[in-house]
Amino acid sequence: MAGNEAAPGATGKLAALGAWIDERFPMTKLWKEHVAEYYAPKNFNFWYYFGSLALFVLVLQIFTGIFLTMSYKPSAAEAFGSVEYIMRDVEWGWLIRYLHSTGASAFFIVVYLHMFRALLYGSHRKPRELLWLFGMLIYLVLMAAAFTGYLLPWGNMSYWGAQVIVSLFGAFPWIGDALVEWIRGDYFISDITLNRFFALHVVALPLVLIFLVVAHILALHEVGSNNPDGIEIKKTKGPDGIPLDGIPFHPYYTVKDIYGIGGFLVLFAAAVFFAPEMGGLFLEAANFEPANPLLTPEHIAPVWYFTPYYAMLRAVPAFAGTQVWGVLVMFAAILLLFFVPWLDRAPVKSIRYRGPIYKVALLLFAAAFIMLGYCGLQPAAQPYTALSVIGTVYYFAFLVLMPWYTRIDSHKPEPSRVKW
Amino acid sequence: MVKRAGILVAVAALLWPLAASAAAGGYPLQEAGTDVGNLASLQRGARNFVNYCLGCHSAEYMRYSQVAEDLALTEFELRESLMFTTSRIYDGMLTSMPAVQARIWFGNTPPDLSLIARSRGVDYVYTFMKSFYEDPSRPTGANNAVLANTVMPHVLAGLQGGQQPRYETTTTRDGRQIQHLAGLDPGAPGEMSAAEFDGFVRDTATFLEYVSEPAKAQRRSLGVWVVLYLLMFMALAYFLKKEYWKDVK
Repeated sequence: MAGNEAAPGATGKLAALGAWIDERFPMTKLWKEHVAEYYAPKNFNFWYYFGSLALFVLVLQIFTGIFLTMSYKPSAAEAFGSVEYIMRDVEWGWLIRYLHSTGASAFFIVVYLHMFRALLYGSHRKPRELLWLFGMLIYLVLMAAAFTGYLLPWGNMSYWGAQVIVSLFGAFPWIGDALVEWIRGDYFISDITLNRFFALHVVALPLVLIFLVVAHILALHEVGSNNPDGIEIKKTKGPDGIPLDGIPFHPYYTVKDIYGIGGFLVLFAAAVFFAPEMGGLFLEAANFEPANPLLTPEHIAPVWYFTPYYAMLRAVPAFAGTQVWGVLVMFAAILLLFFVPWLDRAPVKSIRYRGPIYKVALLLFAAAFIMLGYCGLQPAAQPYTALSVIGTVYYFAFLVLMPWYTRIDSHKPEPSRVKW
Repeated sequence: MVKRAGILVAVAALLWPLAASAAAGGYPLQEAGTDVGNLASLQRGARNFVNYCLGCHSAEYMRYSQVAEDLALTEFELRESLMFTTSRIYDGMLTSMPAVQARIWFGNTPPDLSLIARSRGVDYVYTFMKSFYEDPSRPTGANNAVLANTVMPHVLAGLQGGQQPRYETTTTRDGRQIQHLAGLDPGAPGEMSAAEFDGFVRDTATFLEYVSEPAKAQRRSLGVWVVLYLLMFMALAYFLKKEYWKDVK
């Protein structure tokens, strides 16, 4: 049997079928390139679980989403009741719904940790800039998917959250009002808005998301994975052309990631079965009342994964007669993240070999982001407003000043081979 | 219309800190101490609900048949002890009070209670039911410490008896005298002792907690097994990983 024409280990008729397919479709070739002969560094640590976990959560969201769509009704008159129908009358509907609602928060938890990993080990640096850009686009689409999805239960927080966030676009001069009307498709958040958010949430955004995830993985496999040492394993290859520090993704990382998924699922199931509301962080109390355009919830706050940016929005005062600055700051905070691969000028990638300035700066950045997230959940009062201002200033300082402080920072020499 | 929506948002943004501080400084809620796994409490709560609440309030998402199934009642028991309206057993628990009449009588339709224990919290429901007091200035003769100026009458007055408000006067820094509700004192006795009434209200709150999420008890008991299974799976996956990784130096 010729080397790459059949799945390894197959015999007889199965091998013949494999060969038949391989003549017509690159089945074995794809399997080898992306799984069995994709060589990943052997020294991945804890931080490297979150990529495969994000993929796992994506599949979970699509799968549970399909089943929710079977019973959900995207109309202002029926949406709230149909969610309660899922919670009460659909067989295991409550479980499917909690998996999906908890999955949304889990998605952001693993994606934030995945992004922090890149900042730790320089995974966004050359030659992985495009990989980072695809990842950032995934993050944007994920936020859009979370936002459109949050309107669908048509609870009062869905309604007022959407009202507030969509109104942000109204802060832009000249085009603001027209833009807001265009997004809503109506003069207020209505049945029409709900229906189009449903279309975006279940068709458009998942399609784009899947396309971007494929591009993200293809870009990763083209350049190869980074590792906690931030050095290129492809520089040191054995006589067979295989990196000396590389191990095939399958079976090594498939079994390791299954273990990671097991650990994730323990925590995830604990949330789903014992705290699906997570004290109001995952499901807000006000959302158990139907949408009411005449009654504002006591405290409108977005879901936790948006609150760092919400805190920035509120930290910026009105200036020259317009509120647009807060909106611009919020968008700039996300836009700036796209440029991190070029802002970072350190000669080494990994935090292991970086100097004290970056170590402290990155730690404070994570602290500032969490603090902003906390402030965004609180009422707009002191001391939260002052803390939000401090957090916002630091967030931007960390990114804008990066080209300078990473250049003057000291660094240790990188090893030639990876360490554990 | 755009302007109106804009104004709504602006008003919301302005009122929101007020509302938040009002909630923070409101009447302290008492811990309900409910247990949705307690079948006897649920059954008593269901009886209380149909006798004292269902006259005005619906629980439209809660089907009678589901109540019977979850509370271990036969169809006969369900019909005899819980179904006093013309509903069929697969219907939701709907009040027979017409909404139009309710608006004429109370100025408002009594809210549906399907999700009240989730939107307000079970402690709120418990404390609300216990916190009516006599207030001759109100049309119903009663007010509520948790929801000030509620239009709901003191339905449980016969059981609980009357309560008298106790006010405290504090002086602000600029010398103004402010009166606020400090607590409720027992007035004319009702049919139940204070402890019996607490139990009555707790049972009712337990039933409303169940109504707001019928799967809650099942979710918790099943969750234990799911987490145990996943811990076992995780351990197996760990040993599998260790076995494969033996040869990675």
